[in-house]
Amino acid sequence: MSALKRPSGAFRVVMIGATLGFVALFLIVPLIAIFFEALRKGLAAYGAALGNHDSLHAVMMTLLLAACAVALNTVFGVAAAWAIAKFDFRGKTLLTTAIDLPFAVSPVVAGLCLVLLFGRQGLLGPWLEAHGVRIIFALPAMVLATAFVTFPFVARELIPLMQEQGSQEEQAALSLGASTWQMFWRVTLPNIKWALLYGVILCNARAMGEFGALSVVTQPMQGKTNTLPLEIEYLYNSYGGLGMEWAFALSTLLAMLGLVTLAARGLLEWKMARALGAGAREGE
Amino acid sequence: MAVRRRSILPGFGLTMGYTMVYLSALVIIPLAALFWKSAMLPWPRVESLLHDPELMGTLKLTFGLSLLAAVLNACFGFVTAWTLVRYRFPGSRLVDGIIDLPFALPTAVSGITLATLYSENGWLGGPWHGFARTVNPAWHAAAAAVNGVLSAVHVSQALAWAGLPDGIASDLPEQIAYTRLGMLIAFIFIGVPFVVRTLQPALEDLDREVEEAAASLGASRRQTFVRIIFPALLPALLTGFSLAFARAVGEYGSVIFISSNIPGKTEITAHMIMKKLEADNYPAATFLGVVMLLASFMMLGAINGLQWWASRRGRGAA
Repeated sequence: MSALKRPSGAFRVVMIGATLGFVALFLIVPLIAIFFEALRKGLAAYGAALGNHDSLHAVMMTLLLAACAVALNTVFGVAAAWAIAKFDFRGKTLLTTAIDLPFAVSPVVAGLCLVLLFGRQGLLGPWLEAHGVRIIFALPAMVLATAFVTFPFVARELIPLMQEQGSQEEQAALSLGASTWQMFWRVTLPNIKWALLYGVILCNARAMGEFGALSVVTQPMQGKTNTLPLEIEYLYNSYGGLGMEWAFALSTLLAMLGLVTLAARGLLEWKMARALGAGAREGE
Repeated sequence: MAVRRRSILPGFGLTMGYTMVYLSALVIIPLAALFWKSAMLPWPRVESLLHDPELMGTLKLTFGLSLLAAVLNACFGFVTAWTLVRYRFPGSRLVDGIIDLPFALPTAVSGITLATLYSENGWLGGPWHGFARTVNPAWHAAAAAVNGVLSAVHVSQALAWAGLPDGIASDLPEQIAYTRLGMLIAFIFIGVPFVVRTLQPALEDLDREVEEAAASLGASRRQTFVRIIFPALLPALLTGFSLAFARAVGEYGSVIFISSNIPGKTEITAHMIMKKLEADNYPAATFLGVVMLLASFMMLGAINGLQWWASRRGRGAA
């Protein structure tokens, strides 16, 4: 850096001070507050909040929904990335844009769409009712809502990477006699593993924290349909008693999930940058 | 890049077919259901919805507050991104890592945390309460003077458009939670990462030599900033701004706890959609839903356009 007109020290101090103030006020204080509120009544109360039947059930529901959404969107993400990155066809840009659509849609609007399709007054509602199939206010709608809001996560990590990698390695494997599955497991998957894991981790974090879309398609019921975020709302709004402390106790679980996700993301970004660097060196 | 020949790889039919079926079942058909249901609304009904002060009020509130939050985020985000890219200081890595917290924290958790922090007894709401009470007499006099000037210069139209028909408030709200000020804070919170994360790479790409050349040719630091740095960052800044705005418009969980959700006053559109559905008022919910969806599509188009502009700008500079 040249010594020409270096920013004055005072300017630097003001900028750093403003940044620290902003970040502390808007991000760090709220993060600390979650844990403080949860532990306000001591560790025993914290343990009781997490250990009771309704909380454990909410954890199970959250894990179940996240597992479904991650499985569905991972299979889709790999399939879509394979079709888009390895082949040429018309309408590719349109398809890529369509895959990103769910990120632009408000979760509540996503839930509304499902209600208008499957609900009692929805397009398929009368037919479903006649056949005794329940989707809205039941598990299927919860899976659909969670899968909708997390739809693009895996695909959008894989598509650009696989496009950049091209298909020469796969073609080489095939021409050397590998079967389709051998090619996929031995060539494609190792090449995309970090990006795949990255997408899965983000998809999982978002799925476990989903709130708006689920609020629309479920009725809050403790010990039944409530996932962690829904249970948090339920407890927070139940005045009196331990509602508030319990809501924050459950919140610490999701906050820790968020922090672990951020850390894992940082680690994977570093890994991917290194893998990319190694690839570039090999290519030279 | 070589022209790609017809691929010899297997699986196009299978993967493409699965992609289309899954995309349609999960995304396209539900979205189409919303459009279909809204197209089925009889016109007189739509007309009455368009004149419903409650619906128009919530749309104005949601878009207005989101816009204000995005503008403030653009300012704070600019300062933060600048500091993180240009200066090293103790803890700068930690600050950089924590920026994504609003992405990582589920919205319900952010919602109850902000509501608790900014309530009258909260860590931040409490001190504010005392501050507002002490400052309000002076604020009252100042606001009267400012509003006097405003009414004298005939800007009432612009003020009404900005949602301030009576000029600036004559009192500072003593409470943050359950008021629009609290909602604004929640909107700012969820938008923090967008501006910072889109500006950072643009700032890193900025060619220092161009700045140095401007300086050596006699440009002042202000001139360098206004003529060189700011134009180069503008596409990224606008992209981040639009992303923050779009996110705020659709937000639900972070805002509903810190808001009192009074229709026409503090109820955001997403919350009203939920209430209308619970009351079996499907036409109103459908109407609000389709307005939100069309708005998100327009914002998505704008963001894609901005990103294209930014990438072209980047190539042009290289």
